[in-house]
Amino acid sequence: MEGIYLDNNATTLVDHLVKEAMDPFFTQMYGNPNSLHTFGTEVHPFMRLAMDRLYQGINAGDEDDIIVNSCATEGNNTVLKGIYFDVIRNSNKRQIITTQVEHPCVMNTCKFLETLGAEVIYLPVNRDGIVDVEILKSHLDPDKTALVSIMWANNETGLILPIKELAEFTKEKGVLFHTDAVQAIGKLKVDVKDVPADFLAFSAHKFHGPKGVGGLYIRKGLKITPLLHGGEQMSGKRAGTVNVAGLIGMGLAMELASQNLEYETKEVRRLRDKLEDAILAIPETEVIGKREIRTPNTILVSIRGVEGEAMIWDLNKNGIAASTGSACASESLEANPTFVAMDMNKELAHTGIRFSLSRFTTEEEIDYAIKALKDSVERLRVISSTYI
Amino acid sequence: MAKNDLIGGSLWEQYSQKVSERMDNPKHRGEITKEEAEAMGAKLVVADWGAEACGDAVRLYWAVDPKTNRILKATFKSFGCGTAIASSDTMAELCVGKTVDEVVKITNIDVEHAMRDEEDKPSIPPQKMHCSVMAYDVIKKAASIYKGVDPSHFEEEEIVCECARVSLRTIKDVIRINNLKTVEEITQYTKAGAFCKSCIRPGGHEKRKYYLEDILREVRAQMDKQEVQQSLDKKDFSSMSLVQKLKAVEKVIDEEIKPMLAADGGSLEVVDIKESDGFSDVYISYMGACRGCPASTTNTLYAIQHYLNEKVDKSIRVLPLA
Repeated sequence: MEGIYLDNNATTLVDHLVKEAMDPFFTQMYGNPNSLHTFGTEVHPFMRLAMDRLYQGINAGDEDDIIVNSCATEGNNTVLKGIYFDVIRNSNKRQIITTQVEHPCVMNTCKFLETLGAEVIYLPVNRDGIVDVEILKSHLDPDKTALVSIMWANNETGLILPIKELAEFTKEKGVLFHTDAVQAIGKLKVDVKDVPADFLAFSAHKFHGPKGVGGLYIRKGLKITPLLHGGEQMSGKRAGTVNVAGLIGMGLAMELASQNLEYETKEVRRLRDKLEDAILAIPETEVIGKREIRTPNTILVSIRGVEGEAMIWDLNKNGIAASTGSACASESLEANPTFVAMDMNKELAHTGIRFSLSRFTTEEEIDYAIKALKDSVERLRVISSTYI
Repeated sequence: MAKNDLIGGSLWEQYSQKVSERMDNPKHRGEITKEEAEAMGAKLVVADWGAEACGDAVRLYWAVDPKTNRILKATFKSFGCGTAIASSDTMAELCVGKTVDEVVKITNIDVEHAMRDEEDKPSIPPQKMHCSVMAYDVIKKAASIYKGVDPSHFEEEEIVCECARVSLRTIKDVIRINNLKTVEEITQYTKAGAFCKSCIRPGGHEKRKYYLEDILREVRAQMDKQEVQQSLDKKDFSSMSLVQKLKAVEKVIDEEIKPMLAADGGSLEVVDIKESDGFSDVYISYMGACRGCPASTTNTLYAIQHYLNEKVDKSIRVLPLA
């Protein structure tokens, strides 16, 4: 069997339909869409279609913006830094409220803004590993809070945050709400009419689109200082020639994600549960977070006595790609902040293994992975000094 | 290195072939039972180091010949990443056939070298050097159990950076000798702090007794103190700070000049010192009988300046304020 890819929260396979749709925009219709000649204008209908698909995908209104950019990291930076430039720097609202489990692209941007004088509150998670609305209520102060930025679903655990409640409460208080929805698109229903977020960031490569292209939703009427200044692309809201092929691909990927959402929530979940049940059948394993409140594709497991990097090394030898948040597998040897914030399992920082499936994962692959996983655990537990 | 660092995710690419092979198939894994040791006529030693919550834990088994103190067999078990497993396996191999006194001389650097494919190419990336340290620590622990002594018995010096095995004394010496001012410089000179970085400041991968930032700060403070003391001892007026100059001037005035003026019912105080064209201008204000005394701007003034030039420095000019 060829390599089995169970690391879909890191990135995903580009759907072959998406790749095909992108193909003409490299060598045939390669014009710059801002040019007036035919080379430039002939791509417009395709771009419009892609934009329609993006708007439909998250149920955005025509008066809203979806800025096409390079990735969710860019979208998150645009919002956080834009709020710093537009609000924090010029008013008494100097505070950003976020969480302790955000992706580094939010976490490290907030840390940077602290050095420029922003005040940042990092909300802790509750016993379920999520941020509940009560803790937000106890910290949000409409006179001080410029922005609330909370992820829709966590990349490491797959835990889904109560984003609708959080956004609704924040909006009731008249404060801006941003969400990093990078792990939500394609796995959950994302509807900006249902969830009153002001800003929402996503990346195409997490839902079977290409790398290097993403989107930032901005609700009707809101203005934010752009991260990239330059030409008039995206009505001056994000300068730089649009990644045309990327946009075409992202548009189709979004449509396919919506069409496959039911498959994701049923079939991908079934396969995930099968793998999860098999893992839990191994003695002394613990899956982090309740199944019902996780994205349908994700499992974060702690296998006692087995260090994470050793585990993914072994799995990789057997053709299985998974990921670990183990400190030993990071460049810095530092514990993963999400794991520290979770604080459910002391060994998690060294044992955490993440399996993340996609709609391309097959039953045969899961069966093989279950077998290989059991073998690896057995081998490493024989070597382990802490598992007897 | 910049070009090679930009892509990232290269951790596993930096492992030597030997490391990779030992991760896949550690030859010395497993335990030695009491029965097995007895059958060899050997004493069984079992030593543990680390804890799962710290991310590294290793258990070392030795069968030691009690007559020769020679290690007949060595095996290990390890909760740890691949490099911890590979290091432990290498460490066990290096123990076999050596006496207990010989093995305590094995360091983590020996273990890392033994895993190299090429002599001058490290077998593991810098941040993983930390894993090989555990191999060194557990050997010491096993030897201390065998000999019935404290593990610190084998440590001749206080080690600050375990990864590069740099002692407290070495670090203090390089700071002094080379007048080092930053932790980065210490790392350049000694390699301390270049690997797992735990010893740079608290909050790293591992808790340490000493941290480079603290050592640097303390040594620099001592050096500054000594510098001040030296400049005072040398009475090198030109290199003194203004406060030191003021004190040196006041000392001579208080001890030698004021008693003379007091005999005539006068006194003075130093109001200020200013640097000007290589001279130190000492501004004074007369008090008591000296005020308005004609000699205060002539002979008395010359005498004061002469004293200060002799006792403190030639660059001093005394200027009375009206």
